[in-house]
Amino acid sequence: MNTTFLRTPLFDWHVAHGGRMVEFGGWEMPVQYTSIVAEHHAVRRAAGLFDISHMGRLRFSGRDAAAFLNHLVTNDVTRLAVGQIQYALVVNENGGTLDDVLVYRFADHHLLVVNASNREKIVRWIEQHRGAFRVDVEDLTTAQAMVALQGPQAESLLQPLVDVSLSEIKYYFATSGKILGHDGLISRTGYTGEDGFEIIVAAQHATELWGKLVAGAMPCGLGCRDTLRLEAAMPLYGHELTEEIDPCTAGLGFAVKLDKPDFIGKSALVASKANTNRPRRVGLRLDGKRIAREGALLFVSDQQVGRVTSGTFSPTLETPIAMAYVDPAHAAIDTTLDVDFRGQRLPARVVSLPFYRREMPAKHAK
Amino acid sequence: MDARQAVLKYAKSHEWVDLQGNVATIGITDFAVKELTDLVYVDLPAPGKTLAVGQPFGVIESVKAVSDLYAPVSGEVIEANKHVQNDVTKIADDPLGAGWLIKVRMPAGATLDHLLSRDAYEQAATAGH
Repeated sequence: MNTTFLRTPLFDWHVAHGGRMVEFGGWEMPVQYTSIVAEHHAVRRAAGLFDISHMGRLRFSGRDAAAFLNHLVTNDVTRLAVGQIQYALVVNENGGTLDDVLVYRFADHHLLVVNASNREKIVRWIEQHRGAFRVDVEDLTTAQAMVALQGPQAESLLQPLVDVSLSEIKYYFATSGKILGHDGLISRTGYTGEDGFEIIVAAQHATELWGKLVAGAMPCGLGCRDTLRLEAAMPLYGHELTEEIDPCTAGLGFAVKLDKPDFIGKSALVASKANTNRPRRVGLRLDGKRIAREGALLFVSDQQVGRVTSGTFSPTLETPIAMAYVDPAHAAIDTTLDVDFRGQRLPARVVSLPFYRREMPAKHAK
Repeated sequence: MDARQAVLKYAKSHEWVDLQGNVATIGITDFAVKELTDLVYVDLPAPGKTLAVGQPFGVIESVKAVSDLYAPVSGEVIEANKHVQNDVTKIADDPLGAGWLIKVRMPAGATLDHLLSRDAYEQAATAGH
């Protein structure tokens, strides 16, 4: 394998424990340790542990940090309370998506978590657009490790290792605290559709933290991260989101605040929102076992009406599922479309998203 | 190497052949099953179809990816394994035995000389890894 790829502080652990390493976003990451399906079920039923140190972490400080971020992303950063996190998009002047991100607000700084594959692009984009904003941007990615502990047992597994009360961390909130006695950050976030936490510590503490958590949680690779997020209908950059797709088309209007002051791409997004003819992001379910994968074309009789962006076999539903962009006239729930498998057509049904929604325990149901 | 592994002949594309008389039973290797993991679907040809060495004869799909199956011998398909078509996990349970895929009647005079021993296959399989 090409040695120019980046490695997380947990690389040696992954290799020593049977992780099948693949290139992802410029990093060597484990796609699975045992079975994607077994790792997937561990997250849905108990707890799974992911190395997500490859995610880019950019720290924004200085007088104009919030104002600059608000200029940079589609969501309204000024609405964030201290400790709160929001999903947002970075778009270009045409509204095309450069990345989907999380913005964290803290008392004296903000944190922007970006996709590994887009980190360098976003860092350049920031440099090009910072203009007169008084802001310091520091890339913390390689100095830190980030892990995701996901699943119904996540809270009970993590609680003994930290000095904060996890039950008081609400969904999409973060708090700093001691993790095994070291300074770190804990947020109730994830990319699986389950309850869980994402934890940031200094790189040198990664192996110790991982070792403690993996005693109770199954190590999970990118393979089940993909099947889990797909069941939860979360977009993946490079699939549902690209520079040719704007957030309104992607069905992410909740993260686009057109009532806030000017931001990069705003006028393009105003136009996109008004365009009722744009394709729709839909869910598809297929009978049988064949998986409609990225790039598969969708037809109604001889007319091409869409294209699959992600497809897999859902371990939870035990059926093939996919997300696709489809012409609005053919995007209604229960519409039957034909998927082309190298000339063979098989039916798929448009279904509502997400494919999977966890049952909320009473204490988080408010 | 166990006795079953030793008696079979192998293609670099990860199929195995067990020749009895002029009927070749064909499957995919234990190595391939371990690489694929999480099998979900197999598509096999109907009896009567004629295969040529190296030609795709079906597909096997795992959660991760879809892969072509390549004919390790030429001949006419005489049977496809209904059990694995109904339940693809039977391939992973016993890839070199009950998880066989198809049986092919080879033409008179055809041999397995182009295929690999277990040792040679393992070398080829791990070299590309």
